[in-house]
Amino acid sequence: MTGAQREMSFYESGNGHTGILSWVLSTDHKRIGLLYLFSMFSFFFVAVILGLLMRLELIAPGPSIMTAESYNAMFTVHGVIMIFLFIIPGIPAGLGNFMLPLQIGARDMAFPRINLMSWWFYMTGAIVIIVSLFTGGGPPDTGWTFYVPYSIRTGTNVTLAVFGVFLLGISSTLTGLNLVTTIHRLRAPGLKWFRMPLFVWSLYATGWVQILATPVLGITLLLLMMERLFGFGFFDPARGGDPLLFEHLFWIYSHPAVYIMILPAMGIVTEIIPVFARRTIFGYKAIAFSSLSIASVGYLVWGHHMFTSGMSDISRVIFSFLTFIVAVPSGIKVFNWIASMYKGSIKLSSPLLFTVSFIFLFSLGGLTGLIIGALATNIFVHGTYFIVAHFHYMMFGGTAFAFFAGIHYWFPKIFGKMYREKPAITSCIVLFAGFNVLYFPMFILGLEGMPRRYYDYLPRFHTGHLISTVGSWILAAGLMIMFYNLIRSIFIGEVAGSNPWGGSTLEWTTSSPPPHENFTEIPVVTEGPYRFRK
Amino acid sequence: MNKEHSLNKKTDYTGSKQGMWMFLFTELLLFTGMFLLYSVFRSRYQQEFHAASSELSRTIGTLNTVILLTSSLTMALSVNAIRKDKNKISLIFQGLTVFFGLFFLANKFFEWSAKIHHGIYPNSPGLLAHGKGETMFYGLYYLMTGIHGLHVLAGIVLLLIMMVLTKKGSLNSDSFVRLENSGLYWHLVDVIWVYLFPVFYLIS
Ligand SMILES: [Cu+2]
Repeated sequence: MTGAQREMSFYESGNGHTGILSWVLSTDHKRIGLLYLFSMFSFFFVAVILGLLMRLELIAPGPSIMTAESYNAMFTVHGVIMIFLFIIPGIPAGLGNFMLPLQIGARDMAFPRINLMSWWFYMTGAIVIIVSLFTGGGPPDTGWTFYVPYSIRTGTNVTLAVFGVFLLGISSTLTGLNLVTTIHRLRAPGLKWFRMPLFVWSLYATGWVQILATPVLGITLLLLMMERLFGFGFFDPARGGDPLLFEHLFWIYSHPAVYIMILPAMGIVTEIIPVFARRTIFGYKAIAFSSLSIASVGYLVWGHHMFTSGMSDISRVIFSFLTFIVAVPSGIKVFNWIASMYKGSIKLSSPLLFTVSFIFLFSLGGLTGLIIGALATNIFVHGTYFIVAHFHYMMFGGTAFAFFAGIHYWFPKIFGKMYREKPAITSCIVLFAGFNVLYFPMFILGLEGMPRRYYDYLPRFHTGHLISTVGSWILAAGLMIMFYNLIRSIFIGEVAGSNPWGGSTLEWTTSSPPPHENFTEIPVVTEGPYRFRK
Repeated sequence: MNKEHSLNKKTDYTGSKQGMWMFLFTELLLFTGMFLLYSVFRSRYQQEFHAASSELSRTIGTLNTVILLTSSLTMALSVNAIRKDKNKISLIFQGLTVFFGLFFLANKFFEWSAKIHHGIYPNSPGLLAHGKGETMFYGLYYLMTGIHGLHVLAGIVLLLIMMVLTKKGSLNSDSFVRLENSGLYWHLVDVIWVYLFPVFYLIS
């Protein structure tokens, strides 16, 4: 498109370093975003393989391919990697880092060096976790929640792994700090708050959650390490402590953390729908404010993870009520998305197909969340596969599908190349099918009483587990098609123009891939996003 | 709307300050977690907390409070001096702040070693024999003053870097936001101590 006077992209223009150093020492938000994406998806694949092995173990009752101890280690490491190394940094540090300055017409993030530092913290944390798997007492076997008292007593390498997660927490806080300051300070002239793209709004809310929640995780993990090293006894009833305090502290962070995972995913979905329905977004302000209200009410619901742990009835009722309240803004978003598509001229390209899959899976996850959030039913399903199913519908069906949608949507911008559409559509359909075959049976297994985290099960649960394991293979096939298509297209894809989808936000006004400082001239904004020619 | 835009400037003063304030907030939240533990255990072991608190030396506690408050004054004076282009004087005040910080840590060191000498430290048989309430009190005492001490140490290192930068002239009346941010950090550490002091030393 801009063929004749195409500018040098940020890949070509050097930064004083060569080779790998031009990446790991770069303060360019685009390079850091790609560093994050590359490292996150590498870890993602490791965790996927662990997940597949676990499913394979569960294909039939009794031991199949591993011991119970290694199963415990596997679901712990699967959880730790997926949560702390993939899905929490996921969209904000990867796509957010890359797209935020482009979407608000800035040259970089507010603190480029802190941005790079956060990636280094991330990598150091990751390396510490990897080291913890092979040294000391072996990989941790506590589950990703590190619940006391077991996490204090177990001989496995919990201290080191927890230290790694602590470093990841610092990385996440720094990212949040950068996101919020950038949005406050670096918007292009004329880009008022209510002219910002909604992905930016969601990153803004996410940034605040990262700033306000992550320190609590920090101190929780610090306490756990101290407890193992010095034996303070804060969580040990024999010495006057209380193990419930650990659960409280842990969930004060970890419930808001699910919004670090899901809010930016919602932001991506909100970007994609107007572009492929050729209609402006329905309820712009409602979506913006629902992000903020999710972020704020989300602080007050952590107790719903502890309904069966021992709490007064009053507090349980309040936590349950607030949990229902926090579902409302998510519902508002879903209705807005659907209303935005209504009577649009919809083009079902791969980004939109992923998005629609997201809406379906997210709604299923959300509705089952209400079953879990209600006190009476929670007691019934709390310790079962129902939770596992709900969680994966939210995190994989929700966040990861939106992540894939975003990757397909912004792929031409990031790499300047276009992927092949047919395999992309196929991969989405295969992923969607595999996902449901894998996780839907878990709802039923859960209702029938299959307990979670178990290595073995009664023969009457066999059918469900078998179907689920087959689903995991379909899902893996879908992932393979998708990544093959994408990686191949990075190298030999057709050249994409600067705006292949006809998007109306600022990132589409610069060339693909963008030049070193994003814009030759800082754009001046005169109207809100999502204005399309009739 | 936005008078002079921050987009093309090299350093964004307001942006740096804003980032620093948010960072301070995360530090505050880190301590909030510990204060949460403190309030739970204090309400559970009222009597024991009173008894244990009376065994801490109020003299050293008060002395340390005075030292830190004074250090905040010298810190503020150093920022004030650099604003007025008096780099030498700023450097002296920074040095004084570092000195007070070290003085504080030295006191803390003697206080801790006396207690440890008496067999009072986490997981010690001496402490466990005192019962649950005192175990929790001293656990919190070591945890919170310990982590606070680490923050003082971090502040000292930060200020030493600032001293080098001032000496080199890269901190001056045109660009002093890094010193100002270090000052903010120092004040925060100070403010946290202002809360730690009464909850440990003055509740008996
Ligand atoms: Cu929750």
